[in-house]
Amino acid sequence: MRIPLLRIVPDDTKFDFMRFRRISFPISAILSIAAILLFFFNGLNLGVDFVGGTLMEVQSKSGPADLAKMRSTVGSLNLGEAQLQQFGSPTDVLIRIPQQPGGELAQQQAAQKVREALGDGIEVRRIEVVGPRVSTELLAYGIFGLLVAICGIFIYLWFRFEWQFALGAMIANVHDLVLTIGFLSLMQIDFDLNGIAALMTILGYSLNDTVVIYDRIREMLRRYKRMSIADLLNISVNSTLSRSVITHVTVTLALLALFFFGGHAIHAFTATMLFGVVLVGTYTSIFIAAPILIYLGVGYGREEANEPAPKEFVPEVETAPKAAGSKAAESKTAGSRAGKPTAAKR
Amino acid sequence: MLYISRWKTLAILAVTLIVCSFAIPNFFPKDVVEKWPKWAQRHIVLGLDLQGGSHILLEVDSAAVRKEKVEALRDDVRRVVRENRLGSPAAATIRGNSVEFRIREGVDPNVAMQKFQELSQPLGGLLQASGQRSVDVVNLGGGLFRLTVTEPALLERIRQSVDQSIQIIERRVNELGTVEPSIARQGVDRVLVQVPGLQDPQRLKDLLGKTAKLTFRMVDTTATPEQAEAGRLPPDSELLRGSKSENGQPYVIERRVVVSGEDLVDAQPGFDQRTSEPVVNFRFNNNGARRFAEATQANVGRPFAIVLDNEVISAPVIREPIIGGSGQISGNFTVQSANDLAILLRAGALPAPLTIIEERTVGPGLGQDSIDNGMRAAWIGSLAVIIFMFATYGLFGLFANIAVVVNVAMIFGILSLLNATLTLPGICGIVLTVGIAVDSNVLIYERIREEVRAGRSALNAIDAGFTRALATILDSNITTFIAAAVLFYIGTGPVRGFAVTLGIGIVTTVFTAFTLTRLMVALWVRWWRPRTVPI
Repeated sequence: MRIPLLRIVPDDTKFDFMRFRRISFPISAILSIAAILLFFFNGLNLGVDFVGGTLMEVQSKSGPADLAKMRSTVGSLNLGEAQLQQFGSPTDVLIRIPQQPGGELAQQQAAQKVREALGDGIEVRRIEVVGPRVSTELLAYGIFGLLVAICGIFIYLWFRFEWQFALGAMIANVHDLVLTIGFLSLMQIDFDLNGIAALMTILGYSLNDTVVIYDRIREMLRRYKRMSIADLLNISVNSTLSRSVITHVTVTLALLALFFFGGHAIHAFTATMLFGVVLVGTYTSIFIAAPILIYLGVGYGREEANEPAPKEFVPEVETAPKAAGSKAAESKTAGSRAGKPTAAKR
Repeated sequence: MLYISRWKTLAILAVTLIVCSFAIPNFFPKDVVEKWPKWAQRHIVLGLDLQGGSHILLEVDSAAVRKEKVEALRDDVRRVVRENRLGSPAAATIRGNSVEFRIREGVDPNVAMQKFQELSQPLGGLLQASGQRSVDVVNLGGGLFRLTVTEPALLERIRQSVDQSIQIIERRVNELGTVEPSIARQGVDRVLVQVPGLQDPQRLKDLLGKTAKLTFRMVDTTATPEQAEAGRLPPDSELLRGSKSENGQPYVIERRVVVSGEDLVDAQPGFDQRTSEPVVNFRFNNNGARRFAEATQANVGRPFAIVLDNEVISAPVIREPIIGGSGQISGNFTVQSANDLAILLRAGALPAPLTIIEERTVGPGLGQDSIDNGMRAAWIGSLAVIIFMFATYGLFGLFANIAVVVNVAMIFGILSLLNATLTLPGICGIVLTVGIAVDSNVLIYERIREEVRAGRSALNAIDAGFTRALATILDSNITTFIAAAVLFYIGTGPVRGFAVTLGIGIVTTVFTAFTLTRLMVALWVRWWRPRTVPI
């Protein structure tokens, strides 16, 4: 007796993903514009890492913290618009003091003032004081890092694939980042160095997904010389669909565990990742990254259209000599890295 | 793909075991590990966000260095002027970064030029002479000269200041008795101090923020503080305030330094024999003792001041000459502040003031909470993934799960080998790796399923599945690795910890996919000779 295995995606799906491009492209364009508008008009909730100032996490030593009283205490210190909010349990309060005029020393003095004003009833669990110089640098570093990562990945893809693929992946990628930034702006999620780390990871993972599909498209391009490009893309996406879904389930499981059980310190980080990796990344690689190749002219000049698409979107059953031929072609790229060529099989 | 020679099998198992075994020291208490041979002691270091502690970035006050350098140049110019009778020394004035001086009429400008140029030293010493000099001398015409401290000279001075500061900070921090503080230069003009497991971060900051420039000077009795505040300050004196415990009372203090902190050989906290108040006892070296004796002999009955960082600690009246070379500072100290002052005096003064430009401190309580939360999330996340994989792929899911467990063990092994720092985002990186590590298996298994559907035999399908999926695995992981590498370079502290675990996780993921998973499947195929693939 055996327990049947879980099958989320049935075998041999034949969704016509390419037809969705007439919907998905406009939707993505609108969402991207909305995200950009949000960014410019709503702005990002930049954390102390990037705008300077003081962040304190304090815990009341006796029962729930009296937020109102603390607010008035901190408010009377003349330190600008201080933000106080509950953080996790009712005893914990997060205090944010904006950057003080008067250079580096003034930040330290402000933090000291708050600490003294709140008195002995609280324990300072965490304090971050970032001066104007460091915050400017961190922001510049963050933006610079994102650009470097995008360029580095572009160059790598260019080497491994044709330029159309690299460009397609880049467009998909920037689209992911733009939407995620829009999400950050909409939800006013605290954006700090961890946020940059989240964006960077989204970049990597969403590409990971795109590359898996592109790999398949490239393989199909070699195998079916005459199939129309839209059909070919459809087959590629369909045949990797099960993998895409299963992988995203596992990543989502990991992220959900982090989100719900990882504590408040990483909430913003995991929320950003959940949005970027799970929601946007998957959608993008299927509905943007693949169909955009049509517009970028992948397979342009192939003698297509003469041959109708195979009735079934299934890789054809290869006969022995053909298999050997395709292997030889593949071993040019993959064989050298993938260890022993298959000649040694038992 | 499915045939793996015996040697390769052994090699794979050996590498896996060795890498995993590096993680072993982390499971033993510190005092046990310390008895092991040195090479076996490598272990993961918990980041400041997990074990609690302070991360403090200090910057040398370059404006102060500049000012000091220009003032020194002015004094040099005055000396040259005096020695060579070029004019009135007091006429040398500071203007911006330069010192300007107009020579007396009748002095040959060329001679003056030559004398001034003697003040300029070649930079970089003998070994790396750069052709640059420390001072630019320009004849502006009409007997007016301008001497400017060059930028390279300033930079070199800032560099030296940082080097000296690091040594002094080390001495100060070591006095706190904390474990493994790390003090390192960052960039040109910065010092990063990381002190784990600190109970009182404020005290660390107090110790770091003080220049601790101690001077003994005479109080100027020719003018009262009120007169000085009204603008009638004697030219060779300055108005200084008393320390907080003295209510910031103003004093008129001579600029001339009788003895400075450099001449101290020891400072210890103690108690005054009569009042039992905390005091700091100090001892001068011979030079300092002699000068202090001379000054006190000549000024019995007058007050002198003990000045720390331009703040008057106390201004006692000299009752009798102090000739023994030792003395005591009293000034409303608490036991702790007397202790701290003694530490500062023993460690010496910083060459230039340091400013705290970034501070991140995590209390030990929060650190422990973060560890607990992180571990809980890691367990739950891993379990969820493992159950899901088993439900989806059955036996092959089990293989994948073994690979994931080994994967995480290897991450810990490599982290230990590198003595890497594990931070809270680092734990996130590991959990994410669990999620993504199974992706390599998913890729392989899905490919095998496709090949089966395409009509291949079980063996053929497995073989082809591995061959094709591995190329994809490599491609897709390299992109993430690039992102992790960039993150490592731009990130600091916790974020860097994330980049480290993510990057290592990708490497181990690719390794296990290429070796361990393949090995397990190959062994299974050899033993069971399956006709169908159970996925």
